[in-house]
Amino acid sequence: MRHEISILIIGLLAVLTTASIVAAILSARAPKPLSSTLVNLTQRINAWWVMVALMTVAFFFGRYGMTILFALISFAALREFVTLTHTRRSDHWVLLGMFGIIIPFQYWLVWTAWYGLFVIFIPVYCFLLMPAITALHGDTERFLERIAAQQWAVMISVYCVSHVPALLTLNVPGFEGRTLLLIAFLIIVVQGSDVLQYIFGKLFGKHRFSPNVSPSKTWEGLIGGLVSASLLGALLSFVTPFSPLQAAAVAFVACSMGFLGGLVASAIKRDQGVKDWGHLIEGHGGMMDRTDSLVFAAPVFFHIVRYFWTV
Amino acid sequence: MNKLSLKTFTLLQTVTSVGLSALAWMVTGVRPIWNGSLPSDRQRIYFANHTSHGDFILLSACLSEKERAITHAVAAGEYWGKSRLRRFIAQDMLSSVLINRQWTTPEENPIEIMLSVLDQGHSLILFPEGTRNMTEEPLLAFRSGLYNLSMARPQVELIPCWIENMSRVLPKGQFLPVPLLCRVVFGAPVAVGPGEERRAFLERAHATLLALNPRPERDD
Repeated sequence: MRHEISILIIGLLAVLTTASIVAAILSARAPKPLSSTLVNLTQRINAWWVMVALMTVAFFFGRYGMTILFALISFAALREFVTLTHTRRSDHWVLLGMFGIIIPFQYWLVWTAWYGLFVIFIPVYCFLLMPAITALHGDTERFLERIAAQQWAVMISVYCVSHVPALLTLNVPGFEGRTLLLIAFLIIVVQGSDVLQYIFGKLFGKHRFSPNVSPSKTWEGLIGGLVSASLLGALLSFVTPFSPLQAAAVAFVACSMGFLGGLVASAIKRDQGVKDWGHLIEGHGGMMDRTDSLVFAAPVFFHIVRYFWTV
Repeated sequence: MNKLSLKTFTLLQTVTSVGLSALAWMVTGVRPIWNGSLPSDRQRIYFANHTSHGDFILLSACLSEKERAITHAVAAGEYWGKSRLRRFIAQDMLSSVLINRQWTTPEENPIEIMLSVLDQGHSLILFPEGTRNMTEEPLLAFRSGLYNLSMARPQVELIPCWIENMSRVLPKGQFLPVPLLCRVVFGAPVAVGPGEERRAFLERAHATLLALNPRPERDD
């Protein structure tokens, strides 16, 4: 696995260095004060340096690192999600349970590779028990809205996110001991697709995809991003159990889900009247702003690999 | 006069204030929004809405370590002075200034106690609603302390601070905080105008603070 990791890290460093140099040249040439797009671009690239560094550190700690990192990502995402929703004083215990019980228990299931409970703990047991607790409190005001928001909060920020480290529990024949590379593949392809959609959208974007939901998403950005991300997937097939063609197809499905994730996240933000989920990552907004596409892609990617590549 | 004297910041207080600020950041990701004023080590009275025990921790987490060392929350003596443990937490750990709302002797006069803190060059965090707000109203009417302090020490800046979401993080009667994102919006200083009446000033300060609420329609 050493060899593949070195290539991935060198590749990422080359991309980031190029991006930083391009941004520096653009900023040096542009009239002062810099436009908000340029300032934001530089902030985003700098944040990418930090995120890649954190991922690399977690990568070297293997299963421990990945499980802890994604549990923390779930925490930050859930915090942003719940902050945006309507809650009442009587929800206090349900909310505490979401942070104090559901997150640790779901990641413990990942850690122990207890697949049977991992896939149903949140969508079956939590979905039944959370509204039951709220009903026991006797506070029925805006009941359905409150429980729906809470269920979606744990679904997106805990259940879906936990599928990323869960990839480490898959047993792919001939790929033993290298499952960390599946995570690297998923993240690079999906986040790469986000960046590529952004670039294609900025360069060629004319036709809005869904002006009511997200004014920045265009057909040109979507198609250019998906095609180039699928190519990226094919190029990265050497770190996966997939053939180049399979890798391109898997990348295409994952990035399409990622696009839909971004769209859903935009719809939620629009409904709640905010522009960003939070302010955790300079230039990107909050954790959910950065992980919305990964969140939707992860379970689908997990199940594709599990269904077609494991025994 | 009164016996209240502020010692230099002790090690216990430094450890507490750094620890609580780090905790506040981890739980609420708190970030200050300087909207009309800027961080400064000049003498100030920060006045804020009050919904939770965590309010002043959140507010002081937004200040620099240097400012925190000279900034004291004003807390209810009937509550925080009741037992030795509470007094230890409030005074020795958090370096709060305790005042009695039902004072009898001149030494207990809250205004005199607060003035003596200001006269030692320190700043205050004040909750002019007088108590934690448990109602549906976003902000209760102000008591007159803010006016009295400003009239007596006009050189001290009065900074309105809107604390967002803390009532959801730690509602009254709960001990475990729910981690939700919080912000503290610091507004432009207010001052008593020439010849301005007590009532008029308090209502103006009240309106200024209320106007800082970044999400007024969502305050639930």
